[in-house]
Amino acid sequence: MTRRQKKTLVRIIVSSVLFAAALIISHAAELPWWAELLTFLPSYLIVGWDVLWKAARNIVHGQVFDECFLMSIATLGAFAVREFPEAAAVMLFYQVGELFQSVAVGRSRRSIAALMDIRPDHANVIRDGCETEVSPDEVKTGEIILVKAGERIPLDGVIIEGSTSLDTAALTGESIPRDVTAGENAISGAVNIGSVIKVRTTGVYSESTVARILELVESASSRKARAENFITRFAKYYTPAVVISAVLLAVLPPLLFSGEWAEWIHRALIFLVVSCPCALVISVPLSFFCGMGGASKKGVLIKGSTYLEALSKAETIVFDKTGTLTSGSFEVSAIHENGVSKAELLDIAALAESYSDHPVARSIVRAHGGHIDPARIGRVTELAGQGLEAEIDGRTVCAGNARLMERIGVTPVCRHGCGDCVNGTCVHIASGGKYLGHIMISDLVKPGSEKAIAELKRSGVLTVMLTGDSRTAAENVGARLRIDEVHSELLPEDKVSIVEGLLAKKRGGTLAFAGDGINDAPVLSRADVGIAMGALGSDAAIEAADVVLTDDDPAKIPLALRISKKTMRIVRQNIVFALAVKLAVLVLGALGFADMWIAVFADVGVAVLAILNAIRAMKA
Amino acid sequence: MKKTFALEDLDCANCAAKMENGIKKLDGVKDCSVSFMTQRMTVEAEDGVDLDELMKRVVKLCRKVEPDMRIKL
Repeated sequence: MTRRQKKTLVRIIVSSVLFAAALIISHAAELPWWAELLTFLPSYLIVGWDVLWKAARNIVHGQVFDECFLMSIATLGAFAVREFPEAAAVMLFYQVGELFQSVAVGRSRRSIAALMDIRPDHANVIRDGCETEVSPDEVKTGEIILVKAGERIPLDGVIIEGSTSLDTAALTGESIPRDVTAGENAISGAVNIGSVIKVRTTGVYSESTVARILELVESASSRKARAENFITRFAKYYTPAVVISAVLLAVLPPLLFSGEWAEWIHRALIFLVVSCPCALVISVPLSFFCGMGGASKKGVLIKGSTYLEALSKAETIVFDKTGTLTSGSFEVSAIHENGVSKAELLDIAALAESYSDHPVARSIVRAHGGHIDPARIGRVTELAGQGLEAEIDGRTVCAGNARLMERIGVTPVCRHGCGDCVNGTCVHIASGGKYLGHIMISDLVKPGSEKAIAELKRSGVLTVMLTGDSRTAAENVGARLRIDEVHSELLPEDKVSIVEGLLAKKRGGTLAFAGDGINDAPVLSRADVGIAMGALGSDAAIEAADVVLTDDDPAKIPLALRISKKTMRIVRQNIVFALAVKLAVLVLGALGFADMWIAVFADVGVAVLAILNAIRAMKA
Repeated sequence: MKKTFALEDLDCANCAAKMENGIKKLDGVKDCSVSFMTQRMTVEAEDGVDLDELMKRVVKLCRKVEPDMRIKL
């Protein structure tokens, strides 16, 4: 509890004691009304003076309809109709409820903040042979830092000495520590739970993984969901509407039907107590906040409640194949030469592909393993979605997919009975109009993909896979994972148009696109919800995506969907519950069946229950 | 230009919404969001607006709505 909350608690205790005493006195003795007023007044003022003061101050500031105003009017009105015990009790209960709310909200806020607390507080940098402790943003790129056991890695870098285990739970939700050794990457935000390591930083703090995650999480609440905005708009009309009806309720029946003034004013006061929208105004954002907090604990960073809402309505999820459903680590699985030797074919392919960053190209270079002489390579032209054209030893070599072969008018030949390269991607190589053979590359399906797709399909989501790879490779993966729709041999712009086509076809739900962020930015931003996987390295993907998965496990997608659905369910429960109770009490109050106690429950009691319900969203 | 400020002692969710709507209507403000949960305020100013002067107006407005709250500038 904060100091302010403790003070309120003391006031509540003192006031309750005085209230009990006043209740006993007023029952024991038959007091005149002014004496009874005096016995209840101390208890009322001790617990309620700040509410009265705030109400007065806010009226001066032109803010009329707030909680304090409503409670002040309701309790002062109760005094006016000589319901003294009720006036004091209502104020007392209001404050108890407020205190409870403030403690509950504060607690969940802190537990989420703790969950997101991955900010490193210092870095041990080695300068001039000495170890100095500095703030992480004072460390420059390329400096050497020391990370001791139990410390958080402050900046991204490469381990140059030592080997250890890293706890990345706060980043990815993965509870199994990762063993790393010299030469491997150290991700900032991970905790070193083994022995001391030396890390050479590869960037400054502001560009580090940890700074990016924090930035994402902290600005998350600025993009609000429709449900959240609805509540704000609703509160704007709800309170004045109830206050006006309260006034009418107090004035009209006595004037028109000669009702008793005290009775109808009393009923109007009940209206005022119920009219506070706080149960909704607090619990709805709190539900979203808890849902997003719980998700980020599992390594699913959602950029705003609006995306959480959209995700919960996903009816189509489009996956990129490479890097999303498959690991994107390719391996040369076979070399089928045609008229040249296997070694020659691999040599030519490796030379041609040596400048490309494409994972397929890199796997060919890896398979070659030997020295690549840059002097043998001339001009290299990349042809998006097809492959590339390179000058090797003065000859033009084309390396790429079947579409490229078709374009240059070469027919692939296979004398090894592999059909159309069934088990993966195939890089065809041709030179001077002659087909030299093809290299088969297989891409491993990620272990979590099958389960992820199965779970999504069970929950009624249409799954679609897009890829630039060959049709056979794509259909092979698609069949294994039982994906509903497979589109292959796509150029980057084709992916956008297919997603647009699917967007036009959807019925009321939303479309999510999951990709690894490489070349995906246009599609990510086109989809209703863009999900970037393991994208902490790619700025463009983080910028374009709405949901960022800190690792590349596809199982996180159904998890994110589950969390979003649960959160939305809680939000709806809270809205319906709070409105139903309030409406019921309003009706009962108008008819004279509800007393002030029920009204106080409808206000603070409902708020407290809604808050407790909202906190459930955190435990996904 | 977008800037985020930490808020202290913001303990009324309705006030946060009121401040957000009020700030959005100020001259020179493109967008604003006040988060009760994270106790943070993000103000996006239009290009060429003097942020210090704008924040003075923001502070004044917030004081009217919730006098107990402080913005850590």
